[in-house]
Amino acid sequence: MTDTTAQQDSPPGAVALLILSAVGAFLALIATGLSPDPLFRLEGWIFTFAALASAAALTVGVANGRYQADPGRYEDGVIRAGAIATVFWAIVGMLVGVVIALQLAWPRIFYFPEAGWLNFGRLRPLHTSGVIFAFGGNALIATSFYVVQRTCRARLAGGMAGWFVFWGYQLFIVMAAVGYLAGITEGREYAEPEWFVDLWLTLVWVVYLLVFLGTLWKRKEPHIYVANWFYLAFIVTVALLHIVNNLSLPVSLLGTKSYSLFAGVQDALTQWWYGHNAVGFFLTAGFLAIMYYFVPKRAEKPVYSYRLSIVHFWSLIFIYIWAGPHHLHYTALPQWAQTLGMTFSIMLWMPSWGGMINGLMTLSGAWDKLRTDPVLRMMAVAVGFYGMSTFEGPLMSIRAVNALSHYTDWTIGHVHSGALGWVGFISFGAIYCLVPWLWKKDGLYSNALVEWHFWIATLGLLFYIAAMWVSGIGEGLMWREYTPQGFLANSFVETVSAKQVANIVRALGGVMYLSGAVIMAYNIYRTIRQPAPSVLPKASGPIVAAAA
Amino acid sequence: MSGLSYEQVARFAQQGGTLYFVVIFLAGVVYALWPKNRQAFRDMAHLPLREDEDDHVGS
Repeated sequence: MTDTTAQQDSPPGAVALLILSAVGAFLALIATGLSPDPLFRLEGWIFTFAALASAAALTVGVANGRYQADPGRYEDGVIRAGAIATVFWAIVGMLVGVVIALQLAWPRIFYFPEAGWLNFGRLRPLHTSGVIFAFGGNALIATSFYVVQRTCRARLAGGMAGWFVFWGYQLFIVMAAVGYLAGITEGREYAEPEWFVDLWLTLVWVVYLLVFLGTLWKRKEPHIYVANWFYLAFIVTVALLHIVNNLSLPVSLLGTKSYSLFAGVQDALTQWWYGHNAVGFFLTAGFLAIMYYFVPKRAEKPVYSYRLSIVHFWSLIFIYIWAGPHHLHYTALPQWAQTLGMTFSIMLWMPSWGGMINGLMTLSGAWDKLRTDPVLRMMAVAVGFYGMSTFEGPLMSIRAVNALSHYTDWTIGHVHSGALGWVGFISFGAIYCLVPWLWKKDGLYSNALVEWHFWIATLGLLFYIAAMWVSGIGEGLMWREYTPQGFLANSFVETVSAKQVANIVRALGGVMYLSGAVIMAYNIYRTIRQPAPSVLPKASGPIVAAAA
Repeated sequence: MSGLSYEQVARFAQQGGTLYFVVIFLAGVVYALWPKNRQAFRDMAHLPLREDEDDHVGS
């Protein structure tokens, strides 16, 4: 697809998408009709409905002469949609997290034996995928489209392709989420969707890569800004990880079930090569890209050291890819491979802190803004939590420490200090920056509400992490406690009941963090609905019609 | 397969890997510190600070 231009009534991108949607709906309908597998038919109906809705919307749009892109303006419509989707999925994903936290504290709550989809085992991947891929993924796609256009001084490449990436990604989320609740799973952590959803995501992701590369290609700047390096590393590596980890053979063409091409310890290593690099490239590189654009922008200071950003970028991506085996200490994985993973994990400490130092020191000379600007403070705390969790991670990867921490709540606490503290806060900060810019408002509806969000979320986060340290180290010590006769001192269920208070505190922390996100959603809604500023920005040419 | 033993392959991978990483790292450091790049990096660091919150493609 080429750039859509203002002269044409129906840009080729829109027409091509319309034809593809119609063909997709037709094929999905046939597959749905022929499949003997009720779960596959459920997913088939979702895809058919989505493709039909897409075809209908595109028909109306093309007929009414919308989608006339102005090459002199940035494509911001898809970013506005992405910002709204980010806030929406944040609340969905965190709400499911609160539900399963309550289930861990009180196992009978929200659980009805006849409603299997409320089972913890089905809700848990809904939560992890919801917050990582739906909330985090939308934040990354939206901010990457914003940053790549501004730092390249070029309109987003590919015409309607950006919108295909947005809606295609939402369809992936819905199909994955419905599949988890219905009981479809590949059983691969953070990669639970089955083969047909994986194929769809691969298509969407390759288009995303092409849109990003195409925009870099059109750039008017001589150099590529560091944030784009991080975004590109994130997009390319996630494509590689997703494809290799999901190599599998479907049992039938019209059924949900597939089997991995790997078996035994190779399968486990592939899974954790994927799993840890999802942390390294999705949850780290992508969000560092957000940091490298939005922190300097908000602080009105250039990056502390551009040289440091280069050195820590290349160190980070070369080292992260080797760290996965630390998830497999004391398993059938050969000892040398475990040691390799552990060594690279410890080496990661330095490039990680290179990023933290660069982010925090960007604020030097602007420290007073931490007092007055809660959005900047949110991002600074995010960078602080990035530093904390990238210190804790290498520590936990050491085999002797892992002997205590593995399979305990300490791991859960570690993940959440990274996810809530780093990924969540830097994304909230970026959304708070983006919304007034995208909707052309003077500022947010209420800074006081941002303060409320900041403090309630920070406190909730501290409750969460502290509770998980206590329960994780406690259960780890109980598991390894022997009687003088050499028997295990505690039965498993005793180690579970010992965690109940910590589990309640964790659920409370989750409720507080979710409340912060709800406050944000209200603030964002009121910001968008604010009347336009009295001084209108210079307007020339037609308004982009594809706006959300 | 040729007659390479596990030990030979492992030694090659370990020494080659060490060399590869050190060379790549030094190349990155040299590129970052190269005096001729100083001005370009300074310009790039200031890139996000230009006023471009509106939607007109800048030049």
